[in-house]
Amino acid sequence: MSPDVFLQHLVNGISLGFIFGLIAIGYTLVYGVVKLVNFAHGDVFMMATFFVFYGFTLFMMPWWLAVIFGIVVTILLGVGIERIAYRPLRDAPRISSLCAAIGMSFLIQNIATVVFGGRQKSFYVPPSLTTTFVIGGVRIQAITIATIVVSVIVLLLLTFLIKRTKMGLAMRALSVDFDTAKLMGINVNRTIAFTFAIGSALAALSAILWALRYPQIWPFMGVFPGWRAFTAAIIGGIGSIVGALFGGFMLGMVTILLVAFFPEAAGYRDAIIFVLLVVILLVKPTGLFGEKKSR
Amino acid sequence: MKRILVLAVVLLLGFVLFAVDPIVVGVFEPMTGPYAAGGQLTMEGITLAAEQVKEILGRPVELVLVDNKSEKVEASNAVSRLIQFNKASVIIGSYGSAVAIPGSEVANAAGVPMIGCSPTNPLVTVGKPYAFRVCFIDPFQGSVMAKFAVEELKAKTAVIIQDIASDYSVGLSHYFQNSFKSLTGDNKSISGVISYQTGDQDFTAQLAYAQGKKPDVIFIPAASYGEAALIIKQARELGIQAQFLGGDTWEVPEFLQVGGAAVEGSFFSTHFDVAVAPTPKAAGFIEAFKAKYGVEPSAFAALGYDAFMLAIDAIVRANSAVPEDVKNALSATVNFEGVTGYITIDENGDAVKDAIVRKVENGAFKFVSVVKPAQ
Repeated sequence: MSPDVFLQHLVNGISLGFIFGLIAIGYTLVYGVVKLVNFAHGDVFMMATFFVFYGFTLFMMPWWLAVIFGIVVTILLGVGIERIAYRPLRDAPRISSLCAAIGMSFLIQNIATVVFGGRQKSFYVPPSLTTTFVIGGVRIQAITIATIVVSVIVLLLLTFLIKRTKMGLAMRALSVDFDTAKLMGINVNRTIAFTFAIGSALAALSAILWALRYPQIWPFMGVFPGWRAFTAAIIGGIGSIVGALFGGFMLGMVTILLVAFFPEAAGYRDAIIFVLLVVILLVKPTGLFGEKKSR
Repeated sequence: MKRILVLAVVLLLGFVLFAVDPIVVGVFEPMTGPYAAGGQLTMEGITLAAEQVKEILGRPVELVLVDNKSEKVEASNAVSRLIQFNKASVIIGSYGSAVAIPGSEVANAAGVPMIGCSPTNPLVTVGKPYAFRVCFIDPFQGSVMAKFAVEELKAKTAVIIQDIASDYSVGLSHYFQNSFKSLTGDNKSISGVISYQTGDQDFTAQLAYAQGKKPDVIFIPAASYGEAALIIKQARELGIQAQFLGGDTWEVPEFLQVGGAAVEGSFFSTHFDVAVAPTPKAAGFIEAFKAKYGVEPSAFAALGYDAFMLAIDAIVRANSAVPEDVKNALSATVNFEGVTGYITIDENGDAVKDAIVRKVENGAFKFVSVVKPAQ
């Protein structure tokens, strides 16, 4: 393998990894606070692309406005899902809300199929984002750079939010102990709704970046990235934001480099990735960045 | 008041007693999932055909569609449902060999004939006396593109990017390799075969591998057009200049929309082209199709139309809608005039037909050439 090709593989891995990481942060954030694996995250992700699509094609919005519209509507959707499906089950056994999340996922997919139709739609990509930079034989898409920049900004903003703001303090308190937090006068409903709002905004952001990179959208498009990102969150240690980004990055790299170095094994890719997941969990059950819980 | 009521009851009873059972033609096609566009295009042709034939043997014809969701398990469930619940005399479907194969297993075991519109993998009909199809099969389709690559494009080396989870893709890839190797007379002319999986969106790893091999042509027997379009799009972004070739799944509008400028100049094989309609019947079909949908019929719509009309023809020839009789009539089909060509069912239940090579030009599909099967 020539160094050029190897570098190209690295760039491709980074590009894929950061986008998995960004989706994984959405999973991990909600889990960290509510202790719920939000399986509908991948479907909220899918809905965001359709909101932008219809904002742009149906309501004739300018591109940037369609993106903002998509993010806002997705936040409303995410908060709505929490209100309707998860909040009533908050005091029920944890398995109930997990089932509700899986049910929500199927519900959204099927409603989307009925409303939007099952056929793929082409997602508009502004010409400025299709630029490719060539640096010494290695090609980098503008969207890859955008993804990395957005991921880093999100990471910094979230760290600031959680470590330095009142709301972040409330989120951290909830993640340690629900009942005590409530006794301390923390508004649980508002904090959780806020967490879902941030989670959904992340889903929307990553979905738009995803659709710009792979410009076809359909009702089941969230399934594959959703599961991948979930895996990434587990590898990184679910609940840890840095872990999620790192897990996604690692998953993207492994996916690409596996095909690069063992092209014959490309068909077994998913099997190998999940063996890797099992090995990581056996060695470090809380994931790479996960903290050991004392209870 | 009482008298009217009695009259109404008598009339209703009369209707129930003398109403004729419809002849049910069951369809299992993908309306959702990665093959949705193919299934929906096929359905356009079937719907048009069903509108033209409302009644045969003095019984109304009823068309029942069950979505197979582009999934293998759903496909066998759909066929079971059509047989057990809807009592279908004959079953049509499906786009996508991966879903047509499990469907044909169920139909064959239940003894109900199935006619495939566009599934080209040999396994759809092999060893199944109740399974038929109105299209050519992949050993031929693979040789068409290999021949085109070697003779027209003067290609000496090829890389194949295949979908390991699709029977269609792996099969077509295999037949292309065989033909390409024998035509170039060089066992090393296939410089690489690399796999991805249905549902993948990122192909940069496979493409960087392909790029390292510097092939003249890259053959993409993708079962899903969307994946093929993304592969080519990403290839162009990576600066790959090779010529792209593909199979019959490419002929859907989504391929052009998603692929955009990247897919310009790509070649693929298909079943039908309005420019070279092979039978007198085709002209009428094209006209009726344009009147109904406002666009030219795709190959899938034409095959759907043919499959339905062949089913009707077999029922009329058998003078019976009993599945066993329909099956016997279907096996005896000789020179049936379809819109995609004259259909003679061979001993495997397959049709032997010409293939068409088409090209993407200015955002549309253009006719290139007709390839006759070897005698």
